[in-house]
Amino acid sequence: MPNFALQLLNLLAAIMLLITFAMLSQRRPLSLNRLFTLHGVVLVLSSLLVAYVTGNSHLYYSAGLTLAIKVVLIPWIIHKVIIRLKAESDVDTLINVPTTMLIGIVLVIIAFNLAMPIAQLSTSITSGILGIALACILLSFMMILIRSKAMPQVIGFLTMENGLFFAATAATSGMPMIVELGVALSVVGGTLILGVFMFHIREQYDDLDIDHLENRKED
Amino acid sequence: MNNLSSYLWQILELILAVAAAPLLTGWVNQCRAWLQNKTAPSVFLPHRTLHKLFHKDSVVAENASPLFRMEPYIVFGCMALACGIIPTLSTDLPLSPAADAIALVGLFALGRMFISLAAVDIGTGFGTMGGRREMFIGFIAEPALLMVLFSSSLISKSTLLTSIVANLTSQDLIIHPSMAFAAVAFVMVLLAENARIPVDNPATHLELTMIHEALLLEYSGRSLALMEWAASIKLLAYFCIGIALFLPWGISSVNTPFALLLSLLILTVKLVVVGALLAVLEIVSAKFRIFRVPEFLATAFLIAVIGMLVHFLLGA
Repeated sequence: MPNFALQLLNLLAAIMLLITFAMLSQRRPLSLNRLFTLHGVVLVLSSLLVAYVTGNSHLYYSAGLTLAIKVVLIPWIIHKVIIRLKAESDVDTLINVPTTMLIGIVLVIIAFNLAMPIAQLSTSITSGILGIALACILLSFMMILIRSKAMPQVIGFLTMENGLFFAATAATSGMPMIVELGVALSVVGGTLILGVFMFHIREQYDDLDIDHLENRKED
Repeated sequence: MNNLSSYLWQILELILAVAAAPLLTGWVNQCRAWLQNKTAPSVFLPHRTLHKLFHKDSVVAENASPLFRMEPYIVFGCMALACGIIPTLSTDLPLSPAADAIALVGLFALGRMFISLAAVDIGTGFGTMGGRREMFIGFIAEPALLMVLFSSSLISKSTLLTSIVANLTSQDLIIHPSMAFAAVAFVMVLLAENARIPVDNPATHLELTMIHEALLLEYSGRSLALMEWAASIKLLAYFCIGIALFLPWGISSVNTPFALLLSLLILTVKLVVVGALLAVLEIVSAKFRIFRVPEFLATAFLIAVIGMLVHFLLGA
């Protein structure tokens, strides 16, 4: 890979990490959705870059698919759901932002250390990009864990998928087309199902707080 | 002889920066007024205000100590000196080895300490409150600024601002991902340190929310003019640090009149663009509650720390 393209990819990876951190510290669902869209845009750009550099034409299709689904369709669905549920002002109060960010930094260090031996096996990429992709996955996983409302959890789940996708593109120049199609469709399906779930949670408890579900547990 | 001429250029640049600083404030205010659909005041309004204030009598409270009288001169001196260290037009600054980036942060801290002391000195409620809040914001903004400067000095392996910039401009186009983090953190610190909107509203006189205005409440006439001027210089200094670190192209490395004229032109264009962007940023954001500010600045600090981490991890 030419040096300049690699640097550009590094920069995109860093921007991705930055957006993931911004999502960690964002409280409002609509802004969170906007950040998620931006996350998708960076993903599309990195796919296009890898496609251009490696000359894999199927990566162009996959970038187009990402653009259609993760930048346009899913944020639009989430936006609609937020408006319909009147969840714009659902502010998560549970989290303490500086502490979350500190834990996030620790996660980044762990992710980099984990990725180091894996990346040494690969010849195509630097350890950094795989590390950042892994860090994005861990950070969105943490976002799912610490948020109490359903909406941020769904967005965290989708961000995690973005991180996986980025890792796949950067590490192996993309998965086979059929796998990507399958993943893309299941993500759309998952979002729709989660949307329906949220309507039901709302109907049952007048709130999107997941803690209500805990009470349903049989002891 | 060569040495002497570069000193002369340095002094010329310093005078230019100090004289032009209120223009930047005027430009940002003008952009803000346009964005709010108001009739914009002239860019020269801050200059006229300074002119007016310099011709007014100064009134000093009865129980003011000498510290209160000295303070505007100290603050103005700090900010002017800061402008002398920052490479605005060229990187060949003979004064710059005297102080590196850490000393620059120290200079800003010195200014802040004296502002707060003088505000507390009179003993009015608003002054004390303003002084406390200024320190409250400063003590988190400072480490964040230091981290930003460290991230950039890690790249060039020097804490001298001039050599950082010389290093960044001289090499081929290399993208440093850590600078993306540093830039975001720097913008957040800039907003907090210069009393811009998410943290403090420079246009308000609503007593309970103001920070910067509360500090100047007891000053009048010449002292007030110096303080306002110092605030303008501080904004210019921050802009110039940002431009030098993140958009360093066009800063000349030699002191020839032609090169300096060219870089002056480029700097003006950059300042106009960045100033307009600041106005946009202020328009789209709402002011924080005061107790949200530490969270905002802690985020800035941690983003800068992540930037340093990314530098080590991606560079390795």
